[in-house]
Amino acid sequence: MSVRQLSFSSRISPRLTDLGLLGPAIAVILVFMVAPMAIMFVYSFLEAAPYGGVEWRFTTDAYTSILFERDFLDDSLTFTPDYLVVLARSVFQAGIATLLCLVISVPTAYYIATRPERQKNIWLVLITIPYWVNLLIRTIALLFVLRGDGPINAVLMNLGFISEPLPLSYNGFAVCLGLIYSFLPFMVLPLYSAFERFDFRLLEAAYDLYASRRTAFLRIVLPVMRPGLIAGSLLVFIPSIGSYLAPDILGGGKTLMIGNLIGTQFQSARNWPFGAALSMILLTLTLLVLLWLARRAGQQTSDCR
Amino acid sequence: MIAAEVRGLSKVYNAGGSRAFEALKNFDLSINANEFFTLLGPSGCGKTTLLRILGGFEALTEGTCTIFGQDVSRLPPEARPVNTVFQQYALFPHMSVRRNIAFGLEMLGTPRAETERRVDRMLALVHMSDYADRKPDTMSGGQRQRVALARALAPQPKLLLLDEPLSALDLKLRQKMRLELKALQRETGITFIFVTHDQEEALAMSDRIAVIDKGRLQQVGTPEDIYENPESRFVADFIGESNLLDARVSAVNGGEAALIVEGFADIRAPIGRPLAVGQLVSLSVRPERLILREAGQDVPGGIARVVARTYLGNAVEYHLVAGGQTLTAHAPRGGLRGLLDFVPGDTVSVGFEPGSIKVVSS
Repeated sequence: MSVRQLSFSSRISPRLTDLGLLGPAIAVILVFMVAPMAIMFVYSFLEAAPYGGVEWRFTTDAYTSILFERDFLDDSLTFTPDYLVVLARSVFQAGIATLLCLVISVPTAYYIATRPERQKNIWLVLITIPYWVNLLIRTIALLFVLRGDGPINAVLMNLGFISEPLPLSYNGFAVCLGLIYSFLPFMVLPLYSAFERFDFRLLEAAYDLYASRRTAFLRIVLPVMRPGLIAGSLLVFIPSIGSYLAPDILGGGKTLMIGNLIGTQFQSARNWPFGAALSMILLTLTLLVLLWLARRAGQQTSDCR
Repeated sequence: MIAAEVRGLSKVYNAGGSRAFEALKNFDLSINANEFFTLLGPSGCGKTTLLRILGGFEALTEGTCTIFGQDVSRLPPEARPVNTVFQQYALFPHMSVRRNIAFGLEMLGTPRAETERRVDRMLALVHMSDYADRKPDTMSGGQRQRVALARALAPQPKLLLLDEPLSALDLKLRQKMRLELKALQRETGITFIFVTHDQEEALAMSDRIAVIDKGRLQQVGTPEDIYENPESRFVADFIGESNLLDARVSAVNGGEAALIVEGFADIRAPIGRPLAVGQLVSLSVRPERLILREAGQDVPGGIARVVARTYLGNAVEYHLVAGGQTLTAHAPRGGLRGLLDFVPGDTVSVGFEPGSIKVVSS
């Protein structure tokens, strides 16, 4: 009797087995992802109740108020760029953080991937060590380092390089630094695995065919590593754009990002539909980026150039 | 004209370190233009290192390396008029066959129309025109092999380096590609330097062969030369099958020596270099050049005992013991000698075809 016949998949129908194996995952996705998103979607088309919660009356006010301000007196709409600015700032901050993560991670990942096997594991553990500490604690700790009376400013002032503390905290710079610090490993790890799979003989072949170092990097290394680069960038960009902690703590609430805006709507502002609408916008934006990348990746494989 | 030349070449890995390893030792070699030249040796002998030094992928430790009269010792790969067919082909996975082949030409700044024309010609040359728009990972090993060849030939290098390009193919395909490679070399007139550990491959394709062992050049010559007149025990043993017998020189008379194989036979053989009486030497005899007769028949040779008989289809292989040394003989089936057959335990007379005994250095 073969192993195949012994396996329990032949006794129970294959479809049932599949369902049994997939079931927990499907349940988790339904309960923790689909249901909340559906609730958010519905709420975004309802009226805000005065003390939080929603009134069950259909309206698109939440979406309108992202772009327009309703005048109290004559009910007319005037364009307001405030929320667009927050959104643009979020995209910008996340973009910069992603770019800097890339710049830092490419050499780091390359270095780790080209070490002997034993050293590789040590480096990989070191990369993940910060993750053993809670993100909130790490972010607050970073704030202490960056503050006006923090060690960086203290050292620089004692050495006489500066007379006034540098404004390192409570601004865009601090937020960006916080984002990079939070999500850097998400860039290093996919790039590491891409470098590890990279066949360095391709580089020799490129040099052999008269390519310069630069050309070989641009025409061989980058395209071959493309999936790793895209994966890493997404893993940094998506959590960055909706990040809540870094802007809240390191930005001191002064450089608001969309995550904070959404958070405020569900807390102090008590405008659930508006928060839900903003969430939907953020979600749509993220999906569009993903879709665009997926399409480009698809073209890459079918395009013969 | 000389295509490539190395003089006093040495390569030491981890020089100065505790794990220093001398891959090539004081190497001198000249390769003629339009030659199919093979570097042959067991794995780890330094043949690939030599190829990589010619390609510019490894720096040499000592000596010089010239290609068509130009000293390239310190030039990077992209500055050498040389292209390489890599062992695992190293085709660019994100490019079509056409783009792979065009890459070198594009890097050289060849005009677009000329590039496309040349790529088409290369595709036709390696019979891959139908696969121009395929990606490398959708093709078989033999097809990839052809693309790698076309890619390396497209920029019309003065020298083509081939690093065991057939080793990843199965036997049938390997034999077919041998003929194709040889034909391609003749057609293009480009000097091929081919690295392999497969002596059969080397004999079949090469104009000349360099046999390398432990980082040292053992012998250079035509396939016939290497096979018929091995200079050392290593070459005799590595190229084809060979019986190696320990013998002592008993007399030297001009270009001929009398040799004694203890307990087996007194032999006369021509010698190429001076030998002293009493000197110990090795004799090499190919198994197919031994003549077996029933014991008692008078042949110039000695007596041996059959210990094993193996049927090979086109021949019978006998394992013999003669005076404490072992011998292997191949007797073809049919024909005069084939009428005779022996079984283990038989005693036979062993003779040697004229000119079949070579004195080699131990």
